[in-house]
This record gives sequence, C-alpha cells and structure tokens, in this order.
Amino acid sequence: MASLENAAEPEAWFKLDRDGRKLAVGGAWTIAESARLDRELAALNLSEHGAVAIDASKISRLDSAGAWLLLRTRRALEGADAKVSDLHLPELYRPLLETLDQPRKSEPRKSRIPAGFRGRLYKIGRTATHTLFQTLSMLGYLGRVTVETLEAFAKPKHNLRIAAIFQQIEETGINALPIVGLLSFLIGVVIAYQGITQLRQFGAELLTIDGLGIITLREMGVLMTAIIVAGRSGSAFTAHIGSMRVNQEIDAMQTMGLNTVDTLVLPRIIGLVVALPLLTLYADIMGLMGGAIMCYFDLGVTFPAFMRELQQALEVKTLLVGLVKAPVFAFVIALVGCYEGFQVERNAASVGLLTTRSVVESVFLVIVLDAAFSVMFSVLGI
Amino acid sequence: MKSVQHQNGREKEAVIRIRGLVNGFGSKLLHDHIDLDVHRGEVLGVVGGSGAGKSVLLRSIVGLNRPKEGTVEVFGQPTSEEIESPAMRALEMRWGVLFQEGALFSSQTVTENIQVPLREYTSMGQELMDEIAEIKLAMVGLPCETGDKYPSELSGGMKKRAGLARALALDPELLFLDEPTSGLDPISANQFDELVTQLRDILGLTVFLVTHDIDTLRAVPDRIAVLVNQKLVIGTIEELRKNKDPWIQDYFSGVRGRAALASKDTASEEAR
Repeated sequence: MASLENAAEPEAWFKLDRDGRKLAVGGAWTIAESARLDRELAALNLSEHGAVAIDASKISRLDSAGAWLLLRTRRALEGADAKVSDLHLPELYRPLLETLDQPRKSEPRKSRIPAGFRGRLYKIGRTATHTLFQTLSMLGYLGRVTVETLEAFAKPKHNLRIAAIFQQIEETGINALPIVGLLSFLIGVVIAYQGITQLRQFGAELLTIDGLGIITLREMGVLMTAIIVAGRSGSAFTAHIGSMRVNQEIDAMQTMGLNTVDTLVLPRIIGLVVALPLLTLYADIMGLMGGAIMCYFDLGVTFPAFMRELQQALEVKTLLVGLVKAPVFAFVIALVGCYEGFQVERNAASVGLLTTRSVVESVFLVIVLDAAFSVMFSVLGI
Repeated sequence: MKSVQHQNGREKEAVIRIRGLVNGFGSKLLHDHIDLDVHRGEVLGVVGGSGAGKSVLLRSIVGLNRPKEGTVEVFGQPTSEEIESPAMRALEMRWGVLFQEGALFSSQTVTENIQVPLREYTSMGQELMDEIAEIKLAMVGLPCETGDKYPSELSGGMKKRAGLARALALDPELLFLDEPTSGLDPISANQFDELVTQLRDILGLTVFLVTHDIDTLRAVPDRIAVLVNQKLVIGTIEELRKNKDPWIQDYFSGVRGRAALASKDTASEEAR
C-alpha cells in the first residue's frame, strides 16, 4: 500500500554533541519523516542532558510537520529552564516557524459524561428523555398533518396538488407492482404447500384452500404489502425529504412561503393511502393464484374447482377486513417516513440514520397496529 | 523572490502538463484541445465565466473526470487511470484539493477530518496527529476549539478554511483550490490570499487556483489562465489587460476589475 514514508529523500537526523549541550539537526524534516522523528525525539530525554542550543543550519527541507517538531523540541528545552538562543535555521524557513510559533491556547478536552455509575445513569436518563420528546414531537406532527389535511380538503383547489398526488401513486403503487406481486405469489405457494402437507395427515387437504383464502385475505396480503411498501417507499420519503433538508431546499421553500406539509407531505400521504389498498387487493389476487397453482400440482384441484371451494369458504367480509387495514397502514408509513425526513440534520450520516429509523419504526407500527386490529375484530366478533 | 530559489536548476519543470484536452457534455463543448503547463513553485489562477468549465478542468486534472480526448499528466504521471488505483494513490498523497464547499466528511469532527490523510499515509502517534491538526487549524486562521466541532456546526467560510487545513495536512507539493475566497468576507479573503502566497514562498508549493475574485487574482497568481471560447488564454495580469478578446476586456476592465487593479497601482506607487 502506498505510504508517504517510503519516499526516497535525504534522511532527517539529529545529534547531541559530546557534552550534551548542543542539539544539531539536519536533513529533510518533512511529514514523511515526522512519525520516526517523533518517536526518536521522545526517546531522547532532553532535560536530562541540559542541552541549551539547537543548531538547525543543516536543514535541507522543512515543511510544517517538521517545523512543528523543531518548535516542540525547543519548547521542551525552554520548559526545562534552558534558555534557547537562536536556532540558526536557514533564512528561507524562518517565516514558517514564526507562523507556527503561537502560544497554544487549547485546554485538554473533558468529556461531559461522568464516568462509572453516574455516567450510566446519565445515559439512561438522556435516552429516556430523548424518546419521550420524540414521541411528543411525533404526536404534534400527527396533529399538524391532520389539521392541514382537513384544511386542504376544505379548500382542495388551493391546497391539493393533484399532479404530485398522481406522481406519488405511480411511484409508490404502480412501480411496486412487480415486487409486491412476485412476493405475494411466492407466499401463497408456501402457505398452500405447508397447508397441504399438514392437513393431509387428517385427510383434510381440501381445507388448505379455505385456510389459504382466509389467511391471505385477512392478514398476509395486507401485511406483506405494507412491509414491502414501508421498506420501499417509507425509506424513499425519508431519504428524499432528508436530502432536501441537507441541501437547504426545505429552507428555500419556507422562505418562499410554500407550506411544506401541503407540498411534500400531503401528496405522499394521500398517494400512499390510495395506492396501498389497491396494491393489497392485487397482492391478495396474486397470493391466491400462487396457492391455486400449488393446489393444482399437488392436489390435482383444477382452477374452477379451486374457485368454487374458495367461494364457499369466503365472504365479502373476509376481503374487507383485510382491505380496511390498508389505508391505516399507509397513513402510518407515510407519516413516519415524512416526519423522520424532516428530522434530518445537515449532514450525510443523518440521512442514513433516519432512513433506517423510519423503516424500523414504520414496520414496528404496522405490526403493532395489525395486532390491535385483530383484538378489535375479535371483540367486535367480526 | 524566494520562489525562484526553489526553482533553481529546475526552472521549467512542469508539475501539471495538459495536451490537447477535450471535454464536453453531450453536444456542448467545454474545452477544445487545451494545452497547459503549470510549473513548480508557481501559482496559476484560472478564471472564466460561470459554466465555462473551470471546475471541470480541475476535475480532469485530479482524475475525477475522464476527458474525451487528450492527456493530463501530474508529476509526469497520467491521471486518466482509475481514481482508486495504486498509481493514483501515489499521486494523491502529493497533492491536496480544496473543493468549493469544503467537502468535509460530515460524520467526523474537523480534527478528525484533518487527520484522515495523516492516518492513511503515515504511522504517526495520536498525540502528534492532534498537534499537527492544531497547527494546521492555526495556519488557516481557525481557533483550536473549532477542531471539536462537526462540519454542520460551521459557517461557510469556516468550512472552507477547515477544508484547506485538511488539504494541507500532508504538506502537499501541489494544491488545488476551487474558488477558495468566494463566500468569505474581504478581511478573511485577504488573509487567505496572504496564506496562499506565504505557503508558496515557504514550502515551494505549486497552486492551481480557480477563482472569480479579482482581488485574489491581482494579489496571488504568477500567471492567469482565462477560459474563454473553449480555449485557454494564458498570461500575466498586465498582458491580459491588453488582450483584445471582448470577454477578457470586460473582465479586467469592468468596474470591479478596474477598481481592483487601480488599487494595485496606487499600492505599488506608495511602495516606491
């Protein structure tokens, strides 16, 4: 690997004279040599020798790293109460040394976090308050978005950006069709396969179709779609809005009097709330098709027979129970994605960090909400 | 004066050598067979209108932009190779580049930014690296508290200085500066000009300076290259003032140009 240190240069050297009163230095005191010089100078205990003079007249090249080492050596001598007279440095390099020779102002840094038990306590407290404030701020944001949404629908001509909404539907819905379709199809195949193998033991293979239909329509279709969309579009929302913050585009919009919720957040939320139920319906169909193909090859159930079986097992309600969750999930995914985007600070690392957080949070919330829906439906007896 | 001493015996050594460089995007031509030599110990100022391709020229030289035609050599080595190849690495530790916005690594403090090249190319101990970072900060006129800050906490001018401190970390022989004084207040800009001149004199630095700042142009460069009509016109500031090209005429004889040059004339008369 390339390194500065194997460059061929006249070596830097230093030498104490016999009675240890004078330090002669010479050669190329450059950054390439400075790591070695640093180690060797440290090994040489100058105060012990009581050296008082430095002769730098043999220096052939000097850069700022070398000049600093020279300066530091002189200061070490002065610190040991030796009065150092002239360095006899070649005229050419004097301004460099003078530039560097300014009193050192910095204090050794102290960490604000105390060590030990108190430090740990401090960190726990800091994380707790941070989480609390973040939750509050998210709730505040939810409130703001809700109010602005209502206002937008009250004055749709003025506040609703139809073109942007359709663009979002295309981006989050239509462009997601291949991946959502393929994955749902495969999940359908897997569920049918597992169902057939397990239920065959009881001679009830045909019940696979009932199970497949119910699982896909009620849970799997919508959950899979929401998770894929959270990873795909939720992260894109955060990264896009976050980069706009880094670029000061958000600041620019605000100084122009553009409402960031109207222009950036609402199209994304409305777009996703429209797109996700449609995607879910599509995922349901693809999942059932995967199951149907599995049943055909494994059970010999033809497609019309599969459909008749489904018809007996399912009601319209089963489909609706799944679909009704989709807009709620969509709202949460879009809200979290946009909110985290606005939390981005003006650096690149922050974009990555918050994009990750946005995906984790929205997947978490989707699954928690799904569980809440299940509880609610069972209480309502649906 | 001092720079001449550095050049002794190698008066005309070209640090950067460009032959027949062609650059363009789509059908738009930016550089039409450009030739340029930048000599050791020289400060070359590069000017040109917005979008004339000054930054692209700089990017072509450091290997960030592969030219359509022509060759670029730095220290006798072509820079058209893959930018992360070993041959380029050997070059990259001999030059420092200051980008327009500083291009500091945003996840690291200023001190850590300055230490990135030190860590990569030398085996210095942490203590020496901290000291070097501190003197580099002092050299570019930043207080040492700045070292603990993150780039997002700095103003535009401070970012630029911190970027320069990082570019100077390895005491490079060749320094590329992309609009170093834009966005600085006049006092800081003057200090910056003095710093560049000083570095050139003391360290024998070669500087490739892209700028719009006519004060910098009169104070710092030995020669000026004007990028106009896809070609380079090279000369000292006096020679360029006599050039007949309308853009160059406007540039050096416009209100700003005249004021800056006039102040130079009075300054030199006072010196007499």
